[in-house]
Amino acid sequence: MDVIEASNLVKRFGELEAVKGVSFSVKEGEIFGFLGPNGAGKTTTINILCTLLKPTDGQAKVNGYDVIKERSQVRQSIGLVFQEPSLDDYLTAEQNLRFHGYAYGVPKNVLEPRLKELLEMMELWDRRKGKINTYSGGMKRRLEIARGLLHHPRVLFLDEPTLGLDPQTRRRIWDYIHDLRKRENLAIFMTTHYMDEAENCDRIAIIDYGRTVALDTLEKLKDGVGGDVISVKTEDNEEAMRLLEGQYKLKPGIENGIISFTVPHGEEFLPKFVSGFPLRLLSIGLRRPTLEDVFLKLTGRNIREQEVDSMQQMKNMARMRGH
Amino acid sequence: MAIVFRTIWVIAYRELLRFVQDKPRMFSSFSMPIIFLIIFGAGFGRLIGQMMPGVDYIQFMYPGILAMTVLMTSVMSGVSIVWDREFGFLKEVLVSPLSRSGVLAGKAVGAAIIAIIQGAIMLVLAPIVNVPINLGTVLALLPLLLILSLTLSGLGLLIGARMRSQQGFQIVMQLVIFPMMFLSGIFFPVSGVATWLEVLSKLNPVTYGIDAIRQVFLGTEVAGVTVFGHTMGIVDSAIVVAMVGVVFLTIAIWAFNKQE
Repeated sequence: MDVIEASNLVKRFGELEAVKGVSFSVKEGEIFGFLGPNGAGKTTTINILCTLLKPTDGQAKVNGYDVIKERSQVRQSIGLVFQEPSLDDYLTAEQNLRFHGYAYGVPKNVLEPRLKELLEMMELWDRRKGKINTYSGGMKRRLEIARGLLHHPRVLFLDEPTLGLDPQTRRRIWDYIHDLRKRENLAIFMTTHYMDEAENCDRIAIIDYGRTVALDTLEKLKDGVGGDVISVKTEDNEEAMRLLEGQYKLKPGIENGIISFTVPHGEEFLPKFVSGFPLRLLSIGLRRPTLEDVFLKLTGRNIREQEVDSMQQMKNMARMRGH
Repeated sequence: MAIVFRTIWVIAYRELLRFVQDKPRMFSSFSMPIIFLIIFGAGFGRLIGQMMPGVDYIQFMYPGILAMTVLMTSVMSGVSIVWDREFGFLKEVLVSPLSRSGVLAGKAVGAAIIAIIQGAIMLVLAPIVNVPINLGTVLALLPLLLILSLTLSGLGLLIGARMRSQQGFQIVMQLVIFPMMFLSGIFFPVSGVATWLEVLSKLNPVTYGIDAIRQVFLGTEVAGVTVFGHTMGIVDSAIVVAMVGVVFLTIAIWAFNKQE
């Protein structure tokens, strides 16, 4: 069964068209990733699905309910972890969760055991009486995930769940997410601009400038790149580029003095290439394509990860200084 | 409808929880009224006392100081919606099945309960400043404080419904709370001053709240605002405050629903 069905979603903010006709569906129990650079329309799409924004055009259903006409049923069916923290800093972890339980009308006899179960799962039970302003970034994120799950939602939305966290914490958050997928029968819809994180998803939609440019499983997306990625460094890269384009009929690219290109069956190609290539090779490598290659192939650009990261860091730092 | 009531209690519950946990805030809302009571009492007491024979200035001022505590607490709790928006907590509320209108009503109810608690604590000062107080006074005060604080938190919510950042807080303090405080008859009677001042004071809903509270404490001889030749009684004033409150809250809810 599909827990999310979106067809032709459009959202305009005045002149700006942030989402330009996005369609997809998410199945029960799957981790569905929305991958794209910042500003691609990921958060706008989430906001439409969780009823915070009305789409300009198109339709969406979550857990069978219409996001425009049946808002409160939709809200009851979803859990959310936002990009920016949304906890009450002055309350304790427990109090934040209880507030959530009351707000969603979770019966008292369900609420308390559920609260304990989730806090234990996120390893926060011992800190349940601590105020949020004493929590680290990773703890807050874990608590928000626990809170999002408290009312047994059918879909959990994670908007950049590991943004601003250090690599070790990011890995742990992922362990929790995989663990909870095993325990709870729910679909997870997540957005990210980290390529390596998207690899955790069952299916991935790549979104760019408000459109989905691809939607498939990780393996199929990678197969779409057309084989394996070979990267070589030669003593004369310019000459090498000419040879690769002319004689080998490949489409090589060059970055930081390393030439890379895609060939089918890389393992078989490699020995023939090494013995036959006229120029001296300084290094050569073979790897399976990554999502970065997929993105590059589909959009002709890198995902602007570097630039986005540093901007986000500045934003986070400003936030920590208390504006 | 059930969801609206649940919303009101959930939101009010959180306001109270925060109030109990935030001790500095509890004290800060007392400090200013008490400082005013002491300094103005000592500074102006003798001067103004000569103008109102039979009434001690501190006795005159005390009901106003009580209302001032309510004013500060209520307006600030109303504006706390801006905090929630800025620190993200409002999003948690907005994506929940809670009702939008109930969120604001719950904030107002929470603010009113807090204001009444603060007001009740201020009542402890009454015997110290020689203001007569008995059970009857307290029972008459409760509904008045409730109405006044609901109205003023309605004002705070009206201001906060659209405000995006906390910078607005200072402006609210300077442009709304202070004028409302000084033009409300806390420190001097609103009749017998310059006409423009009198008109402004009579447009200020706080004036009527304070007047009613003052009448409860000191009787009708020292208090009673005259509007178009009619001297307002306790009930009259309470009705004016309540009506203004309904208008504030309605506009606030409308603005909030439209925005979010």
